[in-house]
Amino acid sequence: MADAPALEVDAVTVRYGDVTALDDCSLTLTRGRVHGLIGMNGSGKSTLFKAVMSAVRPQSGTVRVDGEDPARARARSAIAYVPQSEDVDWDFPLSVRDVVMMGRYGSMGPMRRPRAADHAAVDAALARVELADLAGRQIGRLSGGQRKRAFVARGLAQGASLLLLDEPFAGVDKRSERTIVALLRELADEGRTLLVSTHDLHALPQLADDAILLLRRTLFHGSVTEALRPENLTRAFGMDLGDTRQDDSGGAA
Amino acid sequence: MSIIDVLVEPLQYDFMVRALLVTVIAAVVCALLSCWLVLVGWSLMGDAVSHAVLPGVVLAYIMGAPFAIGALVFGVLAVVLIGVVRGTSRVKEDAAIGIVFTTLFALGLVLVSVTPSQTDLSHIIFGNILGVSSTDLWQIAILAAVAFAALILKRRDLTLYAFDPTHARAIGLSPRVLGSLLLGLLAVVSVVALQVVGVVLVVALLIIPGATAYLLTDRFSRMLWIAPLISSLCSVVGIYLSYWLDAASGGLVVVVQGAAFALVYLLSPRHGLLGRWRTARRGARVGH
Ligand SMILES: Nc1ncnc2c1ncn2[C@@H]1O[C@H](COP(=O)(O)OP(=O)(O)O)[C@@H](O)[C@H]1O
Ligand SMILES: [Mg+2]
Repeated sequence: MADAPALEVDAVTVRYGDVTALDDCSLTLTRGRVHGLIGMNGSGKSTLFKAVMSAVRPQSGTVRVDGEDPARARARSAIAYVPQSEDVDWDFPLSVRDVVMMGRYGSMGPMRRPRAADHAAVDAALARVELADLAGRQIGRLSGGQRKRAFVARGLAQGASLLLLDEPFAGVDKRSERTIVALLRELADEGRTLLVSTHDLHALPQLADDAILLLRRTLFHGSVTEALRPENLTRAFGMDLGDTRQDDSGGAA
Repeated sequence: MSIIDVLVEPLQYDFMVRALLVTVIAAVVCALLSCWLVLVGWSLMGDAVSHAVLPGVVLAYIMGAPFAIGALVFGVLAVVLIGVVRGTSRVKEDAAIGIVFTTLFALGLVLVSVTPSQTDLSHIIFGNILGVSSTDLWQIAILAAVAFAALILKRRDLTLYAFDPTHARAIGLSPRVLGSLLLGLLAVVSVVALQVVGVVLVVALLIIPGATAYLLTDRFSRMLWIAPLISSLCSVVGIYLSYWLDAASGGLVVVVQGAAFALVYLLSPRHGLLGRWRTARRGARVGH
C-alpha cells in the first residue's frame, strides 16, 4: 500500500513480569524521513523496537508496517534492525562481509549459498558505508562507528525500506557520528524510513526530521525544535534537566 | 616395537576397528555441533540435554525401540521443563537447568538399576567403546549422518541464529524453529556420543572441540573444519592410549581433548595466553 504509513504502532502495551516497559504506546511514522526516538534509559526505546520486530509479544495493541502485518513485511525483508552495541557478541568469529551477507539470506535459496547478485549487493552496500577496505576484518576489530556502519550495510544489502537503529551513537566518536548522520540522511532522501533511538540531543537537529519523546508512551511527536524545548524535555527526562547529558562512555574502540 | 607396530597391532582386532570408526564418527559430528553450542552459550544446555536423555534411552531399550527416539523425547521434555520452571517461577535459568537434568538423569539411573541385563545399560552411563557391535555401529552411523547433513545444509541459518536471532526474524526466518533444530540435533548427537564416552562425559565432546577451534580462528567457516579435525585426532589418540595403557577409553578420549585445549589455550598465536601476552608487550613498547 503506497499511501499507508511506514510504521503504525497502535496502543501497544508490553510488560516484563511486573515491569511495564510500554504502556498504551502509539506512534505513526511517515515515509522518507528520519525520526528521532528520544528517551532516557529504561524509557522503553529498545522494547518498542523489539515489539515492531515481534521479538517481544505485546500484552495488547497492534503494529503495522506499510499497512500490513509486520510478519509479512519481514517476509519480504522490508525491515532492518541495527541492534544496540550491548546486544551484539563482538567476539563472534565473522567478518564484516559475512555479517553484511546475512542481509541477503531472506532472498536466497534454502542453503543461503550466495550468487553473483548477492556478492554485488554486498559490495555495493559496503562501498556505500565506506567499509569496502575493511570487509575481511573480524567485526569486533572495528571502531564503534564502523561497527554501526557495518550493520547499516547489512540493512542496505537486505533492501529494507524501514530501518530501526537502536542507539547508533553510543560509544561513537564525533567524527564517526557525523559520517553516520550524513549516511542516514541520504538513506531518508532516497525514500527509506528511519527510526533512530538516541539520547544524544546535540546530534538531533542535523539528524532528524522530527522527534518522538518516549517515556513508556509517546509524550510528544513533532518538530525537533519543539521537542528540545525545556518543558518537553523535562517531561521526558524527569525533573533534572542536567540529565540530558549525552552518553560519552567511550570513543572509537 | 616400532611406531608402526604401535599403530597397526590394535587394528587386527575387529572390536578396535569398530571402536576407532565409531569414535571418529562421533567426534566429527559432536565437534561440528559444538561450534554453535559454544557461540550460542549453550554449554550448560548441552550438559543438561545430554544427561536428560538417559531415561529415554533406557525406556527405548526396554521397549526395543531405537535409542534415538527415546533420547529425542526426553531431550525435548528436558528443554520444555526447563522453560516452564524458569518462566513460571522465580527460579533462575541455571538453577532450573540443574534441577531438571539431575532429576531426569537420576530417573535414568533408577531405571537402569531395576532393568534386567544391567551390564548392557551401565555401558550407556560410562561408555563402552570397545564393546560396540556392528548393529550399534550402523545405528550410530545413520544418526550421525542425519545430524551431519542437517548441520551442514543449515549451517548458515544456524550461524545467523547464533549471532543475531533478531535479524533472523527481520528477514522472515523463525529463531524459534532454528533454536529447536539445534536442540533436536543436540539430543540426537548425544545418543551418538554416549556410546563412545558415556552419558556422563558426552558434554565434553560437545563443548571442548568448539571452544578449542574458537581460540584458533576468527572465521566461523574455519572453525567448522578445525573442530572436527582436532576432535577426531584427539579421540583416536585416546583410543590408542586406552589400548596400550589398558585404561578407560571414554575417559582417555576426553582427557586428550582437554589436553589439546590446554595446549591451544596456552599457545594459540592470536587468542592464546602466549599470543595475548606478546600482543600486550608489543602494544606497551609502541606506547613508550
Ligand atoms: N528482558 C527484560 N526483562 C525484564 N525487564 C526488562 C527486559 N528488557 C527491558 N526491561 C525493562 O523494561 C524497561 C524498558 O527497557 P528498554 O526498552 O530496554 O529501555 P531503553 O532501551 O529505553 O533503555 C526497563 O525498565 C527495563 O529494565
Ligand atoms: Mg535500549
